[in-house]
Amino acid sequence: MSVPTTLSDASLAEIDLELAKYPADRRQSAVMAALRIAQDEHGWLSKEIMERIAEYLDIPPIHVYEVATFYSMYEHKPVGKHKISVCTNVSCLLCGSGGVLDHLKDKLGIGPGETTSDGRVTIKEVECLGACGGAPMMQVDKDYHEFLTAEKIDKILEGLDG
Amino acid sequence: MATIEINGQTIEAEEGSMLIAAADKAGIYIPRFCYHDKLSIAANCRMCLVEVEKAPKPLPACATPVTDGMKVQTQSELARDAQKGTMEFLLINHPLDCPICDQGGECELQDLAVGYGRDASQYNEGKRVVMDKNLGPLISTDMTRCIQCTRCVRFGQELAGIMELGMAGRGEHSEIMTFMGHTVDSELSGNVIDLCPVGALTSKPFRFQCRSWEMQNHDGIAPHDTVGSNLEIQVMRDKVMRVLPAANEAINEVWLSDRDRFSYESLDSDQRLTTPRLKINGEWKSTDWQTALEHVAAKLKVINEEFGADSTGALVSPTATLEELNLLKKLMQGMGSSNIDYRLRQQDFRGNQPAPVLGSSIADFESASTVLLVDSNIRKEQPILGLRLRKAVLHGTQVHALNHVDYDFAFRTASTICLAPDAMLSELAILTQLIAGRTGSSVPDAVSKLANGTEASVEIVALANELIDAGENGHVVLGAQARMNPNYSVLTTLTSLISTMTGARLANLAEANSVAAWQVMGAALDDGKNTADMIAEPLKACLLFNIDPRHDLLAGDHALETLSETGMVVHIGNFHDEALDDCCHVQLPLAAFSETDGTHINCEGTVQSWTAAVNPLGDSRPGWKILRVLGNYLSLDGFDYNTIAEVRNEAVAALQPIDASRVNTEFTVDELPDNGLKRIYDLPLYHSDALVRRASALQGAADSKAAVVLHPDTLQAIGAEEGSSVKFSVGEQSVELTVSSSNIVPVQCVVIPSGVDGCSAIGAAASVEVAN
Repeated sequence: MSVPTTLSDASLAEIDLELAKYPADRRQSAVMAALRIAQDEHGWLSKEIMERIAEYLDIPPIHVYEVATFYSMYEHKPVGKHKISVCTNVSCLLCGSGGVLDHLKDKLGIGPGETTSDGRVTIKEVECLGACGGAPMMQVDKDYHEFLTAEKIDKILEGLDG
Repeated sequence: MATIEINGQTIEAEEGSMLIAAADKAGIYIPRFCYHDKLSIAANCRMCLVEVEKAPKPLPACATPVTDGMKVQTQSELARDAQKGTMEFLLINHPLDCPICDQGGECELQDLAVGYGRDASQYNEGKRVVMDKNLGPLISTDMTRCIQCTRCVRFGQELAGIMELGMAGRGEHSEIMTFMGHTVDSELSGNVIDLCPVGALTSKPFRFQCRSWEMQNHDGIAPHDTVGSNLEIQVMRDKVMRVLPAANEAINEVWLSDRDRFSYESLDSDQRLTTPRLKINGEWKSTDWQTALEHVAAKLKVINEEFGADSTGALVSPTATLEELNLLKKLMQGMGSSNIDYRLRQQDFRGNQPAPVLGSSIADFESASTVLLVDSNIRKEQPILGLRLRKAVLHGTQVHALNHVDYDFAFRTASTICLAPDAMLSELAILTQLIAGRTGSSVPDAVSKLANGTEASVEIVALANELIDAGENGHVVLGAQARMNPNYSVLTTLTSLISTMTGARLANLAEANSVAAWQVMGAALDDGKNTADMIAEPLKACLLFNIDPRHDLLAGDHALETLSETGMVVHIGNFHDEALDDCCHVQLPLAAFSETDGTHINCEGTVQSWTAAVNPLGDSRPGWKILRVLGNYLSLDGFDYNTIAEVRNEAVAALQPIDASRVNTEFTVDELPDNGLKRIYDLPLYHSDALVRRASALQGAADSKAAVVLHPDTLQAIGAEEGSSVKFSVGEQSVELTVSSSNIVPVQCVVIPSGVDGCSAIGAAASVEVAN
């Protein structure tokens, strides 16, 4: 996979929309949104992309990097087409998140932090996603799936396209 | 003011100031790591937890504002428990291997662990390991030792103005690092070493050299810039091991530029002169002081009798001490010559020579409301003044730059106008004329001639209004580059006219001890031969005082040629190299700044004296002693000093007062040739004097890069590209230089630095042609 180095005009236009929300001399305020937009475009954040964002927002690259490494939702390596984030925080852990990960491993042959060899799915172990009421839970791309069971997980996996 | 009680002691503190600051003022120590009185408050180490009456839990003293009637306990059981708990947490991941840590013995964590730590840990888990980072040649890292206080990060953000270090990751995974392998390139980067409370960031050149308790501290004054930063020179077994800043709120606060901090490395360079040497039949022979000085005196006497006093001259480095400058001038005058100069990189000597001063105190520099920088890259010329100015900008000072190059100042300028050399002069004339019009003053005809009836741009109009409004709160700063300009007298005249008309303070910043040199030399600067005269025609005898002609003189290689035709060249200096060996006949080893007593006068006029920290290396001698004996051998009157204090008192009493009246009102513009590329002068930070040029770590730092820079369009027009070699010619001379491209330079111009190998062939030339 090639390393993304530039942002499309569409992405820059989207960042401009975010920038419009803040005072003109506070361009750094849009850093999280800019990172999200960039990740939506490329799937992950390369060094070059973070430099590009720093340049666009007129802030030091390390400032972008601080934010990008603080939040676990930002990816620093290429990920699969689908990203499954399994919550292993305390509520989910008590309700069986270990089993969720085991089942995923059985099905996909990969553990947390790994991507299937066909580049389709990446599994991440994440902290609380704020859905303790539905524990155990996982996030698949942008959707939450709660009260997980083996059957439910199978169904979700089957439902993934491509 | 609020009245509060700390540990039962009633103290007055400013309402809203932080508890820790109030306690510090009252002499009550509260332990801390992340708090630093020059940095913003982070409150992330939690070491300063104290008990505050009516508060349900301990509060961090660094982030708790003082309110009237507050009762604070810093040593109560609750406070001590909280502090000890914090210490225990900090030590969970911190290695307990102080004996192999470079910070051992001067570590805040180690010190506080004695008072607040336990003798054994409750934790059996493995400690966190953090990979070391390469931050460049100056700062060494042991990141496993980092306690994430973020002082280094805040220093970069708040004071240096370039955020190079940051805290990546979160929680246990957070690490202090640069952006993906970048180095820390700030000209003030060494300060993070002092700020780091643990052994995470330490000095690379000093790494594992010795322990802090093995060294003695000596006070010193930094020799490189006109600020005169106060130093703590640390010495072991008669060797300078390390240089640290000494706090002086009025001058350098608690900071030090990297140039002043790391230049000590060259004190024991291979190129140090350690014995007096005579060139006999083309061979260098070491000799003793008496033989060498008798030889010099005898030769000087003969030359003086045969060719007259005017055939002898002296060129002195502005890094010389006040005492050395005074004795050298006295020596020349005793021989009947006024040929002495310290303005080594100046080529335009027309008109009066304004004093190279700041025009205000260093602290007051921050209080200006409007600052106009002319031909100045203040950050890389006078790093501490750059830091002060940045602070001022954060507090609302408007800085305008009228430069050739669009420098990265690390602060926002209100306006930046970057023009080619001739256009910039006109722009300054337009500004002068506009201010004259608005203030009802008259200006010399030369100004209107230079302005040439051009309409002022919007920026210039705004700038003129702002300067007039600012009045005496304005500050016009002429940078060190201006000095190299062939139209320096035009720049000094125009800036002084602007200053006179608006009431703005006027700064003319130069290197090192230039203020002392200017005050000592006084009228001799106008009467005798100046640097350019002495280089134009070979003298019969020339004294070089701590000068490496190729790099210290703007004329560069041309100066070497002239000197090689000079009857006798005596070099009194710290170092020698091949070029010097070729051109001089006698070399006398001079004690370096750490090896001699001396006096520095800084840009605000503060006279600071220091005493030697170590003995002179080898047979070298302090300059004032060399010149005293030489004066005696020459049978001159008034060289019978017993102590340096006598020399100093005499020098101080005779100083020419700094008065603003020595400014010009008339000038003529030296037209630049139309063909070729116009040269923009530059003196790279780490090429400014002989000491810095040999400091190995600094020479590996980013600021040691001395690039020949052209605008991309210009580069394309001459058919070259980034990194290619281009042949530049000046008259008969030509030299190949590697070029780089940047759009911070105007088109049809080329930045050619001074003080750098290769570029020395270009000399003082104001324009160069590109040879095919």
